[in-house]
Amino acid sequence: MNHALILPILLPLFVGSLLLLTHKQALPFKRLVSLLATWLLVPLALWLLLQANTGTLFVYQLGDWLPPFGIILLLDRLSALMLLVTAVLASFAVLYASRGDDERGPNFHALFQFQLAGINGAFLTGDLFNLFVFFEILLISSYALLLHGNGAKRVQAGIHYVVLNLLGSALFLVGVSMLYGLTGTLNMADLAIRVGAAESADAPLLAAAGYLLLVVFALKGAILPLYFWLPRAYASATAPVAALFAIMTKLGLYAIVRVFTLIYGSEAGTLNNMVLDWLWPLSMLTLAAGVLGALAARNLQILLSYLVVVSVGTLLAGVALGTEQGLSAALYYLLHSTLVTGGLFLLADLIARQRGEMASDLASAPALRQPLMLGALFFAGAISVAGLPPFSGFLGKVMLLQAVSPGSGASLLWSVVLIGGLGMVIALSRAGSLVFWRSSEAAVVAVPADSLRMLATFGLLLGSVLLVIAAQPIQAYVQATAAQLFDLGPYLQIIQGAGA
Amino acid sequence: MEAVLAITLGIMMASGVYLLLRARIFPVVMGLTLISYAVNLFIFSMGRLATGVPAVIGRSAEYGDPLPQALVLTAIVIGFAMTAFIVVLSLRGLGELRTDHVDGREPRE
Repeated sequence: MNHALILPILLPLFVGSLLLLTHKQALPFKRLVSLLATWLLVPLALWLLLQANTGTLFVYQLGDWLPPFGIILLLDRLSALMLLVTAVLASFAVLYASRGDDERGPNFHALFQFQLAGINGAFLTGDLFNLFVFFEILLISSYALLLHGNGAKRVQAGIHYVVLNLLGSALFLVGVSMLYGLTGTLNMADLAIRVGAAESADAPLLAAAGYLLLVVFALKGAILPLYFWLPRAYASATAPVAALFAIMTKLGLYAIVRVFTLIYGSEAGTLNNMVLDWLWPLSMLTLAAGVLGALAARNLQILLSYLVVVSVGTLLAGVALGTEQGLSAALYYLLHSTLVTGGLFLLADLIARQRGEMASDLASAPALRQPLMLGALFFAGAISVAGLPPFSGFLGKVMLLQAVSPGSGASLLWSVVLIGGLGMVIALSRAGSLVFWRSSEAAVVAVPADSLRMLATFGLLLGSVLLVIAAQPIQAYVQATAAQLFDLGPYLQIIQGAGA
Repeated sequence: MEAVLAITLGIMMASGVYLLLRARIFPVVMGLTLISYAVNLFIFSMGRLATGVPAVIGRSAEYGDPLPQALVLTAIVIGFAMTAFIVVLSLRGLGELRTDHVDGREPRE
């Protein structure tokens, strides 16, 4: 058995515990341990990705209990991809944090590692209740990370975030236990079989459980009626935390893809693909609402938070198409938007540090110390996130627009995505010109940006360029991922193979 | 028995939602606690309601399902931690924001 499968969970879990035990050690020690552990995740995730790219599903039976009786970890192309993007994002975020943001509280690095353990676990697990547990692990660390450092604004946003997520967890439990009560299993592959074979009398209840799960994942993923918590929470978090949170909305989308392609996918009898009709309008509305929010934002970080909402809408549109092409476009866009929004959150912090008391408010402030450097990075990041050539956002959008089949759906998608792109360009150029050009007469007092912080920001934004340069292999990979997700046979074999 | 349980759960959940919508931190915490109790009972009932049956297959024709009990135990532990966290958070909010409204400021009259 391939024990490496559980390492992405165990490594941050143990390092986090170690950091808790040694919380009295000097900060450089904690930084070193945390940095090394996070960086180690990158080669590990890369290796798992290469393994997963052979097309086999790797199943890790915890405690050697056969599925569906024991909990399994499941590595397919999708989870390997998500692990890798998490590891890359976290590596840069922790590097950035190590230049001072971790001084605001004693246990930043331990919390960071626990959050990584939760995220990696949620991507790897093949069991619905286990998914709930990992969600809670990452949520409780995210609460603490969000509130890390003091400030009334943070507490204000934090209370909303915590209360909403607690309610979400309650709904998650109701949905999961309904599924258990109806099918007698929690293993996702087994659920797929049982839901497919369910009697028609049970179908409405199974559908209700599925929709409850959709509500929960939509809350995590910040889809239209449930995204209002996001802008304030993300804007009030410290920069490296906000950057890491860029993966958290994607986690909700991952869960939607996982549950609604596998359990309620093509094998689910009368319930097959039941959420797609809902996801389509929701994705369009989320996209539009995100763009409107971005246009109205009066603070750079709020603006970026709304761009996260826009990216959620765009991604969801790809998922809602329900085709291999749509899903692979969504996955490519997911890579792009995670790295670029993460990088932009870091960049916004660098900019805010040089604007004196105005920080990230979009009003005139003392001129920046390094306008050229930061301006160039902002320009590149903004072009990429708005989806203009030559960066990865453009490629992602082209893939998405090509994926939709001609018809009314196409005209809606094309107009919403393209007008949304225009809205983003306007919002970002307004923000950019305010920040970089309209400076007040006050003297420049700021110190130049820390070089390692700059490196971390640059590294994440460089991801956008790399996604373009390596577009062909990445596209091949995401297409294989989408194909694998829609071919349910091997997933169902996990149970049947074990039973035989 | 099923009807009584269902009605109880309904009342608990409804009271929880009502308290949650009060938008003051103490009722909100109480509401979340009530909701989590209701959810825990719901999980428990998903193993079907039966009394005096063994949790082992084969001893008798009927058997109790032990898995929901394990699930509910996990849910209780997690719910407990989360409640503790939000209580501490609301105390800090009270200290820093000088109000017990969940928005962090008194609503305009």
